[in-house]
Amino acid sequence: MTDWRDEYELVIGLEVHTHLKTATKLFSPAPVTYGALPNHSVSPIDLALPGVLPVLNERVVDLAIRLGLAIHATVNPHSVFARKNYFYPDLPKGYQISQFEEPVVSGGWIDIEVEGGEARRIGVTRAHLEEDAGKSIHDVAVAGSDDSCIDLNRAGVPLLEIVSEPDLRSAQEATAYLRALRSILRYIGVSDADMEKGQFRCDANVSIRKHGASEFGTRTEIKNLNSFTHVEDAIEAEALRQAELIADGGEVVQATMGYDPARRRTSVQRLKENSDDYRYFPDPDLIPLRIEPARIESVRAQLPELPEEKRARFQNEYALSAYDAGVLTATRSLADFFEEAAKACGVPKAVANWMTRDLLRELKEREAELEDVAITPAILASLIGLVEEGRLTARNAAQLFPDLVADGGNPEALMNERGLEAVSDAGAIDVFVEEVIAAHPDVVEQVRDGDDKPLNFLMGQVMKASQGKAEPGQVRKALASRIRG
Amino acid sequence: MGSADTLLAGSLSDQREGLDRGDTSPSELVQASLERIGARPSLNAIVSRRDERALAEADVAAARIAEGKPLSPIDGIPVVIKDNIVQAGESATCASRILEEYVSPFDAGVVERLRAAGAVIVGRANMDEYAMGSSTENSIYGPTHSPWDETRTCGGSSGGSAASVAAGLVPLAFGSDTGGSIRQPASFCGVVGLKPTYGRVSRWGLVAYASSLDQIGPLCRSVPDAAIALEVIAGHDPRDSTSIPQALPPLRERLDGDVEGLVVGLPSEYFVEEGVDPGVLARVKEAIGTLEEAGVRFEPVSLPHTRHTIAAYYVIATAEASSNLARFDGVRYGRRADLPADLEDLYRRSRSEGFSAEVKRRILLGTYVLSAGYYDAYYGKAQRVRTLIRRDFEEAFSRCDAILTPTAPETAFVLGSKTDDPLSMYLSDVYTVSANLAGLPGMSVPCGLSKGMPVGFQLLGKPLDEATILRLGDAFQRRTDFHLLSPESPSSEAKA
Repeated sequence: MTDWRDEYELVIGLEVHTHLKTATKLFSPAPVTYGALPNHSVSPIDLALPGVLPVLNERVVDLAIRLGLAIHATVNPHSVFARKNYFYPDLPKGYQISQFEEPVVSGGWIDIEVEGGEARRIGVTRAHLEEDAGKSIHDVAVAGSDDSCIDLNRAGVPLLEIVSEPDLRSAQEATAYLRALRSILRYIGVSDADMEKGQFRCDANVSIRKHGASEFGTRTEIKNLNSFTHVEDAIEAEALRQAELIADGGEVVQATMGYDPARRRTSVQRLKENSDDYRYFPDPDLIPLRIEPARIESVRAQLPELPEEKRARFQNEYALSAYDAGVLTATRSLADFFEEAAKACGVPKAVANWMTRDLLRELKEREAELEDVAITPAILASLIGLVEEGRLTARNAAQLFPDLVADGGNPEALMNERGLEAVSDAGAIDVFVEEVIAAHPDVVEQVRDGDDKPLNFLMGQVMKASQGKAEPGQVRKALASRIRG
Repeated sequence: MGSADTLLAGSLSDQREGLDRGDTSPSELVQASLERIGARPSLNAIVSRRDERALAEADVAAARIAEGKPLSPIDGIPVVIKDNIVQAGESATCASRILEEYVSPFDAGVVERLRAAGAVIVGRANMDEYAMGSSTENSIYGPTHSPWDETRTCGGSSGGSAASVAAGLVPLAFGSDTGGSIRQPASFCGVVGLKPTYGRVSRWGLVAYASSLDQIGPLCRSVPDAAIALEVIAGHDPRDSTSIPQALPPLRERLDGDVEGLVVGLPSEYFVEEGVDPGVLARVKEAIGTLEEAGVRFEPVSLPHTRHTIAAYYVIATAEASSNLARFDGVRYGRRADLPADLEDLYRRSRSEGFSAEVKRRILLGTYVLSAGYYDAYYGKAQRVRTLIRRDFEEAFSRCDAILTPTAPETAFVLGSKTDDPLSMYLSDVYTVSANLAGLPGMSVPCGLSKGMPVGFQLLGKPLDEATILRLGDAFQRRTDFHLLSPESPSSEAKA
C-alpha cells in the first residue's frame, strides 16, 4: 500500500484527564497523596460507607476557573454535577460524580506550533470536573496472590476532563497540543500534569477522511495513552489500521481501542453498540455549582502570565528569537530563571544562549529538572559577567559550567581556584606568540602572503600554549601585528 | 400496670417534669424502656438494643440532672432511632440482608445532636428494607405489628419507630420520611409524626433511599414534643450539601393555643370520596370542625397536579435509589456471595441474595427510567411534574398559611393484605408524597379512631415554616385528647 496520507486526512480530537493540584479530594477531606500505602488516604466518603455524602472542595472551582480563563473559554455561571453509573470494584459508590450536560467550562482554544509548521488554533469544546476512580491491581506480583486488589487512595482525586474539538490533523499536532496544554496547566498551577504519576492521561478520538472531504469519517477512541510517544504512535497506528481496513473493502465501526506499545498496534476492545449505558442524572446529593462574576474576576486578577503571553514579551523585551523565546517559556521555572539571570547580568542574549544550549544539555544528561540542580540565576549571571569582562574565556567558562550546575558555588572563586583567569597582559601573550611563530615558520609564511585561514591554526596553538587562558581577541591582534606588521 | 409502664405512659414533656422534680431518674426511665421493649417481643418494633451502653449513658445523664444542669429538654430521655440512621459502633442494617453484619464507624449528624442533647438511644427500630415500603413488612426481621391490633400493620417504613411510641416503649423515636414514611405510620399508630422541610435536618449518616426526598424527623405523642425534638435535631450541617443554612426559629414559645385568624387550605383533590375510608374522612372532618371552633378559617384550594404525584414520586425515588444502592456490591463491606466464580458472579449473587424482591423491583424500575432512550419520557417528565407540583403549592400557599388533608386514605390494614399487590401498597402514600416532592414540612396528628384503629390528619406548611403547622397541631391537641389514647386505654373521650 502506498502511504495512506496520500489519500487520507487524519482527524483527531483529544480528551485529557488531569489531576487538580489540591490538598484534599474532590468530595472528601482525605488528602491527595502519591505513593502512600494502599488505602491509607481514604475517608468513609471515599469508601462509600452507608450514610456518607459528598461535599464539594471549593478549591477545585477556582482551579477550573483558572483553566477556563487561560484557554479563553466561558466559565459557566451554572453547572451541574451528575452521576455516571457503572459497576466496577474500584468505583466504590457504583457511580462516578462528573459533569455531563452542564460543564463548568465550555468553548475555548489553545494555540499550538508544530516544528516547521505554522501556528494553529485548536478548539476546546469543554472542561468538566469529575472524581478519579481507585486502582485495581490484577498483577499477582504486586497483589501477592491471584486475587485482585483495590487501592482507593486515588478514588475521589479531583480531575478536570478537557475535551478538544476534532481540530488536530496529525499525530505531531496532537502531541504539540498536549504539550501546550500541559504547559498551561503547570504555569497556572492547576495541575502538576505528571504523566508518570498518572496525573495527565489522554484518550484520542481518531478518524480519517479523503482529502477535501467535508464529512468526518467514523471515529474510534484509543483509551489510556500515558506518554507522548504512545499518543503519537497510537494515532499513527490507528490511522493506518483504518486506512487498511477501508482499502480491504471494510468499514470503520465506532469502537473503543486499546494500544499495544510493544507491537505498535491498536486493537478493538469494545464495540460502541456494546458500551455501557451510564444512566447519567443530576446528583441529588449536590446542589448546582453557581459561579458569580466577582469570583471569576478575582481569579483573573491572580492569574499568572500565560506561556504565549510570556513568549511574545520575551521576544519584544529581550530581543530573543522566536525559537529561544519558545524554549525558555516551555516551563515557568525556566522562564523565571531566565528573567532573573538576564536582569542580574544585563546580557539577555548570553543568558539565552547558555540556557538553551548548555543548561538544557546538562539537564538532559542528568535526566534532571531545573529544580533538581544547584545552579542559580545569580551563578549563571556572574559567570556571564566574567566572560563579558574578558576575565574568563568562553572555552574555560564552558569548562566550569558542569560543576556549577552540579554543585553551585561562586564562579569567580572557582576560576581562581583552577587558575583559569584569562591572560590579557600583552607581555604574557607576546611570549606565547613568539613561541608559536618560531615553531611554525611555514604557516607564518602563508599568513604573510595574505591567507587568513592558517591564522586560525596559529591562534589555536597560542590558546593551547596558554592553556586557554589567553584572551582570544588579543591573541588575534598580537599575531596579526607580529606577522603582518 | 407496673412501674415501668406508668413511667413511660405520658409524653416526653411529662417525663421531663418527672426528671426535673426528681420523681424519677434517667436510669429508671431507660430501665423501664428496656423492660417494656423486652415485654413486647411480639410487636417486633426494635431490632437491636444497647442495654449496657444506654444504662451507662443514663447514669451520666442522671448526674447532670441531679446537679440541675440538664443539657436539653431531652437529656436523659430514652429514644429509639430507625435502623437506617447510623451510630458509631452500632449495626445499621436498614433491615436488609446485605447489611446484616455491618457496623458503622461514625455517627449520623442527628445522632451527634441527640447525644449532645443527652438523649439515650436505647435501640434501633424496625423498618421496611431501605425504607422501601409502607407497612414495615418488608424487613429481614419480619413485620412490626400494630400495638393496637397485632394482626394489623403499623404502617411504614418507619413502622418500628411509630409502634415504639404508640406502645409506650419510648416517648420519642426518630424515623425517615421519603414519601410519607414518618407520617403514614404515625397516622396508623395514633402518634404525632413530623417530616421537616427538606434540608432542615442533616442527612449525614442517613442511609439514602432517595436523596432528594429523604428527611429525618421525630415521632412522639404530643405536638410540643415534636417541637422539642426538632429543635434538637435541626440545623445546618456542612457535611450535607443540601442542608439549609437558615436557623430554626424558636418553636415551643409560640405553642400557645392561639390560632385565631390562621387560614388553612383544604385541597379538593385530597377530599375525594373514592378510595378513602369513610371513617377516616369523618374523623378528619371532625378535626377541621375543632380547629374552626378555635378560630381557624378554612379555604378551598386546588392542587391540580395531585393525580400525577404518585407516578412522579415512584419514578424519581426509584431512579435515585437505583444509583444510591449501587454501593452495596459485596466488595468493601456487607454481604458477599460465597466463592464467586468471577466479578460478575460476585455482583450478581451478592445483590440477588442480599436484597428483597421489593428492593430489586425498585432498583429495576429506577434503572429503567434512567436508561438511554427512556430518560426523557420518565425521569425527565417526572422532574417536570415535580416542578408543577411545587408551583401548585406555591400558588395554594399564596392564599393560606397551611394545608390540611387526611394523612392516609385508610387506617392500618391487615398484615399481608397488600404484600402481593405493590401498586395498592404504593397508593398508601397518595396524600403524603407531595410534601416530599415539594420539600415541604408535613405532620400527622392523631384525630380519633375508626373501627378501633387510629386516624391522623396531615398538616402541610410552607417551606421552612414548621412553626405554623406545629401551632395548629398543638391548638388541636389542647382541645382534644386523641393523643392520650393508647392501645392500652383506647376509649377515653375527647375533650371537645
